[in-house]
Amino acid sequence: MVLDLVSKIYNMKYKSQKVAYWFFALSLLLLVLQIVYGFIMGFARAGFDPLHEFIPFNTARAVHTNLLIVWLLSGFMGAAYYIIPEEAQRELVSVKLAYVQLVSLALVGVVAVIGFHFNIWEGRKFLEIPRQLDYLVVVNVLLFLYLILATLIKGKRRTTTSLVLTMGLIFTALLYLPGMIPFDSQVLDSFFRWWVVHLWVEGVWELIMGGILSFLLIKLTGVDREVIEKWLYVIVGLTFLSGVLGTGHHYYYIGVNKIWLIVGGIFSALEPLAFLAMALFAVNMYRKGEKKHPNKLALYWTLGAAIVSFVGAGLLGFAHTLPQTNLYTHGTLVTAMHAHLAFWGAYAMIIFAMISYSLPKMTGRKLYDGARGRMAFWVSNIGMIGMTVAFGVAGVAQVYLERILPEKGLEMSFMQIQIEIQVHFVVLLLCATMFTVGIIAFVIDFIKHGQPTDEALEK
Amino acid sequence: MLSKKQARNFFLGGTFVTFLVFIGLTIYSLAGANDQTNKEKMTAAVVRGKELWETNNCMGCHTLLGEGAYYAPELTKVLDRRGAGYIKAALMSPVPWQPSGRKMVAYNMSEAEANDMVAFFEWIGKIDLNGFDRIVSPLAKRRAANK
Repeated sequence: MVLDLVSKIYNMKYKSQKVAYWFFALSLLLLVLQIVYGFIMGFARAGFDPLHEFIPFNTARAVHTNLLIVWLLSGFMGAAYYIIPEEAQRELVSVKLAYVQLVSLALVGVVAVIGFHFNIWEGRKFLEIPRQLDYLVVVNVLLFLYLILATLIKGKRRTTTSLVLTMGLIFTALLYLPGMIPFDSQVLDSFFRWWVVHLWVEGVWELIMGGILSFLLIKLTGVDREVIEKWLYVIVGLTFLSGVLGTGHHYYYIGVNKIWLIVGGIFSALEPLAFLAMALFAVNMYRKGEKKHPNKLALYWTLGAAIVSFVGAGLLGFAHTLPQTNLYTHGTLVTAMHAHLAFWGAYAMIIFAMISYSLPKMTGRKLYDGARGRMAFWVSNIGMIGMTVAFGVAGVAQVYLERILPEKGLEMSFMQIQIEIQVHFVVLLLCATMFTVGIIAFVIDFIKHGQPTDEALEK
Repeated sequence: MLSKKQARNFFLGGTFVTFLVFIGLTIYSLAGANDQTNKEKMTAAVVRGKELWETNNCMGCHTLLGEGAYYAPELTKVLDRRGAGYIKAALMSPVPWQPSGRKMVAYNMSEAEANDMVAFFEWIGKIDLNGFDRIVSPLAKRRAANK
């Protein structure tokens, strides 16, 4: 009996959950590559661009952002392959197809990234993957959704956590489609591009994040599922209520009607509330919880995700979302400041939480008491906060020199200003180095866990 | 106290209503007199220019309508600021254009392609941006006034 209980805490329940490991491994591999290209851009901005001939800035940038998207998706998929069997209480319908899906996802990612080095792309910010490959992405995602849905439908149990997570994944797939409609007008192109990018990041991905968060809180705090899932509904409700019409904050100054200044202004000002609710929810559930789960590291990442996403996505988003402010910050490095902490807090950290929680269960190795794991958490977070500050200072300086000084009659050219703010990119590179040390520690921990094994199955 | 069912209804109801309003606003803002995307001025050359803009991922360094990568100058008002000759020279250059140290990819465009890009910039420059054009290119505004 006691042994059973211990096994419940320490082991995975279903063999097929092991698939998640390989999605997480792909995630981390692509993250490391993403960081490499980030450094190429950081150096170019600081004035060192020796690779220009092979990897010009626009290539590095497309690789950096697209790898981010692919590794986050791979992480979400891994999380789903781990969570859905456990919630539905049955094995995945097909492990073989899940591996086919993994390999095809990796292939699409690699082919797209290689293409970017040969001027093969669709230069639309964040959606640079060429249209022919888009169709492959669609097939890949359909296969993934089939596996998840079939498992869920045949399962013994349909929980709110699994439904919210699955809804997030289905909407993510559906919302990819507006980005595939061709437009002749740059304005309309932009308009519908945000249907994908904004409604993913500030909409349906938050369902995925909420689902993962709820799963982890149930497991880690021992608070009653009904309580956690009730608040999950409230939070994702708030997210959509503010986030959908909040899309308007991308429409202020791109050549569409002024109505969006009002709608976007009001609703995007409400967006931080959803993130605040999520942070309060996570912290409160932790306080309420009586179970002391031994995997403290997973708890760090879980609570960290909820809190840092509030700061990065909520507060720093709000900092430039009002039309009066955005008039000055639209199209400057201020956006990069917000984007880095937001993606890190909301999505990267929740995937790290999921990895930290599931890895010991899949491999049977408990490394969460080690110093390296905790070091990875603190060093990567402090590094990322430093990077955010560096981007912020560079961004504010850019806004001031580029857009406020001219109103006082002083003018500098674009490049003169870029040279003025170069020093902040040296700071950025230093902080990015610190961040990278944290990520490397996390990756070493991942590798030290070894591969998943059936011996780690619950007895 | 709120029940789980009420929480679910809040989520589903709220989501449904805001999506409907969002689609309604999209239709409203792109319909008839409310449309300010400058679509009546679009020509075949503008569309070809946009194609070139996309296939070369210009947005990976520059910004246009404030969207892009902030590594190279904002181009919404570039025609007012620099004139067609300068733009064509940069695009047709066989070696990386680098007026102040930072390198641009050498696109080596043909004269016809460069003309299409200029047509594209001309069209972009005339879109009503709700006041952003004044902030993003004060220089262009002053030049235009002095002419």
